[in-house]
This record gives sequence, structure tokens and C-alpha cells, in this order.
Amino acid sequence: MHFGVSNIIFLVVFITAIVLFAKRIMTITRNIKLGKGVDRSDNASERLSTMLRVAVGQSKMVVRPVSGILHILVYVGFIIINIELLEIVIDGALGTHRVLSVLGPLYDLLIASFEILAVGVIIACVVFLIRRNIIKLKRFWSKEMTSWPRSDANIILITEIALMCAFLSMDTADFVLQSRGAEHYHEAGAYPVASLLAPLFNGLSDSALVFVERFGWWFHIIGILCFLVYVTYSKHFHIMLAFPNVYFSNLKSKGQFNNMESVKKEVELMFDPNADPYAAPPPAEEGAVPEKFGARDVTDLNWKQLMDSYTCTECGRCTSNCPANITGKKLSPRKIVMDTRDRLEEVGKNIDTNGGEFKDDGKSLLHDYITPEELWACTTCNACTEACPVNIDPLSIIVDLRRNLVMEESSAPSELVAMFTNVENNSAPWQFSPTDRFNWAQED
Amino acid sequence: MSEPLKIKTMADCMAAGETPEILFWVGCAGSFDDRAKKITKAIVRILNHVDMSFAVLGTEEGCTGDPAKRAGNEFLFQMQAFQNIQVLNGYEVKKIVTGCPHCFNTLKNEYPDLGGNYEVIHHTQLIQQLIDTGKLKVEGGAFKGKKITYHDACYLGRANDEYEAPRSVIEKLDVELAEMKRSRANGLCCGAGGAQMFKEAEEGDKEVNIERAEEALELSPNVVATACPFCNTMMTDGVKLKEQEENVKVYDVAELIANANDL
Repeated sequence: MHFGVSNIIFLVVFITAIVLFAKRIMTITRNIKLGKGVDRSDNASERLSTMLRVAVGQSKMVVRPVSGILHILVYVGFIIINIELLEIVIDGALGTHRVLSVLGPLYDLLIASFEILAVGVIIACVVFLIRRNIIKLKRFWSKEMTSWPRSDANIILITEIALMCAFLSMDTADFVLQSRGAEHYHEAGAYPVASLLAPLFNGLSDSALVFVERFGWWFHIIGILCFLVYVTYSKHFHIMLAFPNVYFSNLKSKGQFNNMESVKKEVELMFDPNADPYAAPPPAEEGAVPEKFGARDVTDLNWKQLMDSYTCTECGRCTSNCPANITGKKLSPRKIVMDTRDRLEEVGKNIDTNGGEFKDDGKSLLHDYITPEELWACTTCNACTEACPVNIDPLSIIVDLRRNLVMEESSAPSELVAMFTNVENNSAPWQFSPTDRFNWAQED
Repeated sequence: MSEPLKIKTMADCMAAGETPEILFWVGCAGSFDDRAKKITKAIVRILNHVDMSFAVLGTEEGCTGDPAKRAGNEFLFQMQAFQNIQVLNGYEVKKIVTGCPHCFNTLKNEYPDLGGNYEVIHHTQLIQQLIDTGKLKVEGGAFKGKKITYHDACYLGRANDEYEAPRSVIEKLDVELAEMKRSRANGLCCGAGGAQMFKEAEEGDKEVNIERAEEALELSPNVVATACPFCNTMMTDGVKLKEQEENVKVYDVAELIANANDL
């Protein structure tokens, strides 16, 4: 063991990253909890199996085979290579060399698979970069994909490639040092990729190799720790939220929209023959805020809709399947979700700067972020919810915002207002008399 | 087609002390839209042919509230639901077949929570059951050997996971069932859902029904089959706009069965 200054630096960096990460997680949790309640504690076993199938098993990713399979490569690579992180942390803290090599043949297998997966991750990320920046796939260049979302994606991909390169150069230098029988570098592990790369490093002296090995090690671990903090500010946060988000997703038929409880009470009262039409409303509870119909701002949405917004990784499958978007309308389900997240971040920062209390900023999700024109273009066809690989539900946000437009602002396209009047007066969306409803049976 | 249709209302049945096996929920389109009325009658002809005991609500039926709910008018939806549930529960209705996926979805999924609990099936599901139990014998007739493509209705397919019933019924006609590029869970909407039927589309490059009709026409089918009166309207309009109405007919699955078997 070589315990020294570097170990202390390592521990300081490590603890700092963990603290920053934890603080950010607490902020995101607080923001999600700004949403209204919705019960998703039922059917634990069905939820678990949905999570295993959709999130762990990536079942909806492979609907598009090219990106789906490449994504699985990166996903598996990421998870498996993180086992190596455990060793890196222990080595870093204690000054050991490849401490897990006590596992023997299993360790050889692990290192070998890490190396092969690392190559896979590099290939996948390069293909992803080409798809985004050279082929310029339409879904990565639509309107809401402004410079930050596009850069965010590229930063992630380039970082992943850099991390894998650092990992492989660390292994290669280590492998060469091991084969030279250098001090501290006892033989451990099997290196299918490093052994191929070894000729590149053969001309280097032992000390140069130690430098490369150490540099790769430091770059890899610091890179991963920076990445850990970065993802919490990035679309890439799906690597963590995908699992709970799928677990808590809607298990009911996609066609079933919730029946609003607040409306139910009013309608029951209207149809109750014993209700006193002149009765005063019950006194409001101390400090109670009158309930809004539908959603005007993010705090009118439920926590699951807010969790959806942090889970979205902006892949755009929803938008590229949306009939309105395909035919050139302004609606993009991805933009609905991104706007929800951006507004929620803004509200969260407002709360932080105003000592824990939201100070009215004169803005709202509806109108300032999402326009009625976008909302009215939706056919409620559920193509977006079907397409989402992590069961995000943009449609429920659209409907809640529509509810606010109609029931709070009394604003809807004039043809829809006419339809409402017809349903109310004639019990049909068109202007036909209800007494003619059965005429079809008599006609030829 | 010569035989007159036998249709009773729930009120008739109650007066006669009868309890029909199933209520046929016709829906607004099926009651008032000239094209959709033909689908309604095709369903009735099938029910008559198998001697099923059924009734309709007639003038006591009202909009389920689906378009109001999708457009954000929850008040209007719940008022419609409340009234319909009072009528349905008054007649002690147990089982409902609908001629429209929107009515189907609303009655099946959104009414129970408001006090309306019924077994609800879509007419393509009923036809499949009638064929499977041997009550309805189907032959291809005029459609034999023809190429038919089925357009999934969002509120039957994605909304309620029913992709197979309409397809298995069409296949019984001894036809070539061709699939569009976007079908089943990946099917493209006709453009009418979410109350779009009742308004002009927002500004864009294209109408959704044209996009979908073009996709269907790529297959050069003889028939585009639908299972929803609104899809039927949208696809008929789309085919017309592409000036293909002479070569490509748009029929509901119920019409295919009724017409093929001269019911």
C-alpha cells in the first residue's frame, strides 16, 4: 500500500462530488414534490414487472432497432463498467493495486468483459454522434432542440468516449507494466483489448507508463465524479429516474383520462334533488387556496407529471410519432415535457432565492411556455405515450392545460365552443334535435 | 338487405317485461351522420341475423361526453355521464356493445368511477365472438381475394389494446390483409380524435387524414377498413382528396361482414 497525498486528494474530490450530487438530488426531489398528489402505490407487483420489462429490459427501446440495440450496448456497458468503479474507489482510497484481483478467474472475466464493453460503448457513442451531427436526424434538430439541448447531448457522448479511452489506456499501460514485472503492478486480470493496444505503448519507459496509467486512472475517476454531478443538471438524468418513473407509470388503459374529483363534487350537487340551491358554501379552511380547474402552472400538475419532466432525455420519439407534429403543426410532445421541466427549474430557483417561498414572477407554464395553439393541435391519440421508452405521459399534461383553458379561462376554439353548446343542449356534438336521434331506424 | 330491421328500444322491452341480452349503444355519429348510419344498420343486420336479443336507447341515448372531456370540458363530460348513467342504471343494463371506439372507451373506462359499471365491448369484438362461437358464419362474398388494409382506431388500439379482433374478423373474409407501415401500436391517427373532428386543424403543412390516406393508398388496396365512424369519415375524405374513391372503398368492419354475407 502506498498511502499518500494522492489518496487524500482522491478522498476530497470523491466526497465533494458526493455532497454536490446529494444536494442536487434533494433539490430535484423537493421540486417534484411541488406537484399535487396522485396515488401510485397500488399494484406493486405489476409495477415491478413493468419496471423490469420496460426500464431494466429496455423493451420499448428496441422498437427502433438501430438506436435501440446501440443504446442497450451503452446501457449494459455503463452498468457493468461501474463495477470497476468500485475497485477504482477502493484502490484510490487505500493505495492498493487492483484489489479485486483476489477474485481470481472471475476477475479475469470481469476485466475482459469491461474492456470489450468499453469498445462497444465507444462505437455506439461515435454512431450516436454521427446520427446527431452529420446525418442530422430530424428528431434531433426540431425547434425545441435549441443549442443547449443539442450541446448537452454532445457533451454526454464525448464524455463517455473520453471516459472509455481513459479506461482503456489505463488498462493498456497497466498490462505492459505487469508484463514487465514492474513494482506495485502485480499480474492480475485478462486484457483482450489492452493486449492488442500494447504495441502502442511498448516504446515507453516504465515511468512514462506509470504516468499514463495514473493519468488514465485519475481521468476516469474524476471524469465519472464530474459526470455524476453533471447528469443531475442534464437531460441525461434519465439514467437514474428511468427506473422509478416507469415503476410509477400509469397502469390503466391509455384511453382512460382521470375524472376530476373537484368537478365530481359540483356535478353531484347539481343532480342532487335534496341539495339546497341557496346554501352558502362551507367556510373555507384557514389559509386554503381555492382550487383551480386544470393546470396553469407546474404546481397544478401532479408529482408524477413533474417526475416525467426530469426523466425525459429528449430522444424525441414522441414527437416523431405525433400526427400533429408530422403534419407540421406546432405541437411537439417533447417540447411539452421539456417546457414543464424548465418551468419547474425556474420555480425551484425562485423558491431558493426567496427563502423557501415562491414569489410570484408573473409567469406560468401555460401561455409563457406552452401556447394554446400547441395544445389544440393534439388528437389525444396516445402515439407519444406509446413511443416513450420510459413511459412519460405528455398527453396528461396537455389535457390538464386544456382543462384550465376551458374551465378557468373559458377559452377554446369557437368551433369547440359550438360543439360544447350542442352537447349541452342537444346531447350530440352537432346541431341535431335529440328527438331525431332514433330516426335512423326508420330511414332507408 | 330486403328484410326490415328489427330494433327495439329499452323502453319497449321494459314495457313488454323483456330483458335484452345486450344494449347496442349507437353513438352520436351512428345516429345522425348519414355515412355512419349505414354502419349502424350493418351492425343491426348482423345482430338480427344471429337473432341476438338486443335493444337500443333510442331518443334516451345522449352523447357520452367524450369530445367534451378530450377538449378539456370536464364539467360537461361529467354532466353527460351522470345523465347517461341514470338512464342505463334505470334499465339495469349489464352489457353494452358500441358502434364507436370513443363511446366504447368512455363507457368502459371512465363511467365506472362515476357509478356506471357495465361490461362494454366494441362491435368488432362482438362480431369476433359471434364467429368464434359459430353463431355467425362468414364467407368472403364480393370481397373474396380482395386486398384490404385495416386502419387502427386510436381509441380501440393504443387506448384499449384491441388490435386483433378487427383483423381476425377481416381475415375470415378470405381476403389479403395488408398492413400499412404504421400499424397496430404504431398506427397513425386519422386526425379526428381529441375533438379535432369538430374543428379546423391548426396551421401546418398537411392534414393528418391526407398523410394517413397516402399511406393506405401506397398499398393499392381495394378496401380501407375502419372500426370507428370518425376514422371512416377522415379516411373517406382522404381517399377522395387523392381522387381514388373509384378504386378504393372505405368500409367499417361491420359493413364488410354484413355486405359479404348479403345480410
